[in-house]
Amino acid sequence: MKSPVSVLALAAWLLSAPALADLKVFACEPEWAALAGELGGARVEAVAAVTGAQDVHYIQARPSLIARVRNADLVVCTGADLEVAWLPLLLRQANNPRVQPGQTGFLAAADFVTLLEIPVAVDRAGGDIHPFGNPHIQTDPRNILPVAVELSARLGAIDPDGAAEYARLLEDFRVRWQQALERWQARAAALAGMEVVVHHNSWIYMNAWLGLDQLGSLEAKPGVPPSAGHLAALLAQIGSHNPRAIVRAAYQSARPSEWLSGRAGIPALVLPHTVGAVEGADDLFAVYEVMLDRLEGVAP
Amino acid sequence: MNRVPFAFFALALPVALILVPEELSAQGVVSGNAFNPSISLILDGKYSYYSDDPDDLVLPGFLADEEIGPPEEGLSLGESELVMSANIDDQFYGFFTAALEDEDGDTEIELEEAWIQTLALPYGLGIKAGKFYSDIGYHNVKHPHTWDFVDAPLAYSVFLGGNYGDTGAQLRWVAPTTQFIELGGEVLRGDSFPANGAANDGAGAFTLFARTGGDIGVSQSWRFGLSLLSADAEERDSGEGDVTFDGDSDLYMVDFVWKWAENGNSKLRNLVVAAEYMHREEDGDVAIEDSGDAEYDGDQDGLYAQAVYQFRPKWRVGVRYDYLTSSNDVDGFAEPTLLDDGDDPYRFSTMLDFSHSEFSRLRLQASYLDTGATDDTQIFMQYIMSLGAHGAHKF
Repeated sequence: MKSPVSVLALAAWLLSAPALADLKVFACEPEWAALAGELGGARVEAVAAVTGAQDVHYIQARPSLIARVRNADLVVCTGADLEVAWLPLLLRQANNPRVQPGQTGFLAAADFVTLLEIPVAVDRAGGDIHPFGNPHIQTDPRNILPVAVELSARLGAIDPDGAAEYARLLEDFRVRWQQALERWQARAAALAGMEVVVHHNSWIYMNAWLGLDQLGSLEAKPGVPPSAGHLAALLAQIGSHNPRAIVRAAYQSARPSEWLSGRAGIPALVLPHTVGAVEGADDLFAVYEVMLDRLEGVAP
Repeated sequence: MNRVPFAFFALALPVALILVPEELSAQGVVSGNAFNPSISLILDGKYSYYSDDPDDLVLPGFLADEEIGPPEEGLSLGESELVMSANIDDQFYGFFTAALEDEDGDTEIELEEAWIQTLALPYGLGIKAGKFYSDIGYHNVKHPHTWDFVDAPLAYSVFLGGNYGDTGAQLRWVAPTTQFIELGGEVLRGDSFPANGAANDGAGAFTLFARTGGDIGVSQSWRFGLSLLSADAEERDSGEGDVTFDGDSDLYMVDFVWKWAENGNSKLRNLVVAAEYMHREEDGDVAIEDSGDAEYDGDQDGLYAQAVYQFRPKWRVGVRYDYLTSSNDVDGFAEPTLLDDGDDPYRFSTMLDFSHSEFSRLRLQASYLDTGATDDTQIFMQYIMSLGAHGAHKF
């Protein structure tokens, strides 16, 4: 019997390429890839596993993603079990010790913001709920800065030669982001108290930021596709209320919200949940600009 | 196969239930069970109809495992699978799964997998050790609850007894390239079909595998792999006919899978096409009860191709084609049934399944099997439910 072990060890030694100059960031979601781009500038090459057109709950540990994690210096994801169906497997398949949870090279954004809707009891009869709290934190722009501070520190720790540059880029980003937050806050005042219906319960951080009032969701339980019975009940529930929009993300089926839109006479509205999700949401700043533009378009 | 009496599990189940946290405290109180492993339990039950008695099923031309039988006729329980896994520390990950099966009125427990894996080796290397499903092929690592059809592909049934799992160690390497390239090999005890008897002082089988894959645009992804399983068999029993085999069994495998989803958004609609081809060479001696010994040189081929289309968020439809062919030399005498290579069995299956959520699935399947000697129409109804932790599934 030949020894496959020694053949493999030799191949590993021959093919282990030296690290390239760029610091490679593997981001689960586009918002963190965009943030790494803002904070790393030319020193960082950031790619996102998920696009704005894809449902982050349903990604598979595809070969291309394994190869990317294998070569990454830093993995940055939302965490809080949002990627539980694929990220743990990806990390184990990729054999990259630098980016395992607990290492400097693994950053879970949800660890650095306050999560909402942490369930008191977890029971799947309540749908596919997240036991650590609602993980869709990026729909509130106030959650971006704390993550940026940590991400910048990690970039500096992994690539000490660039630490000064990363600190400068963080400061630059902080100033621009705070100015934008003030601008957005002024526009938010006009939206406070507006009622909305949502497709999936993934907008609560946006609701908290803008003071929107969520009447209900098209999914009877999180992760269970909308059914005709539940939509009819929702239509009756809307009754005396006056929601201004049925909000969904770009990756969700248009049919349930359009059905309800036709019956209730309320516009169906696609809001950007991340970078690249809708036209015009081309960078982090634009995501919230377009979000506000679209909400103002249906406001009273 | 390791089996212990039902009493063992009667002890294990209450322990497992105690380990499940009753609820997570909103106040964030850390109690002793916060570090418990992820636990899930799979429940599987079915109804099976066969136009021919499944106990009489023989696939002429193949020395197959004793356990190739299709699901029991009528109402039956499939495997009830208990899975536990967790990071052990920052260096190791552990995985355990045991299945309970009802057989002829008795409950039996089978240890399916119990292994550890390294998390922190350099150079893209990883080691797995323990009892595990071998990484050969595409279908082999899948547990029954993740199968797209009620039963395994015919080639897996006859060549690997459903799938090949054994005790041993694996070395796997992921290349530092943009293109996904993975190479690996395993040294195994050689206790499970197609090996037997733990030959070579308890290292009776080894495997090699190589695979690559990637994306085509944003909507498509693929994977291609080559594998070899080389096993020594000592006094290996084969199903009906009381045939014992001693010798070498080499299995060569080619696998391919291609997935499509519009914009890569698989939640709404997606298509998965998978195909595998296997070639087995067996060389040694057979002892046939009441007939005597003979030299045996078997060449056999098997393939399957399947397509599963999720056409709405909850609904999937699938078709599968299976084909087997063999060319066997048995010196000395002509064994009339088991080693007869005159017939090429094939099977055509079609299925429809419905998933209310990711955790529940109901399935209807119809198959037509022509073994050359007999033909059989099969109808299955199945439920597969998963309780507890959300297991991630391989590509």
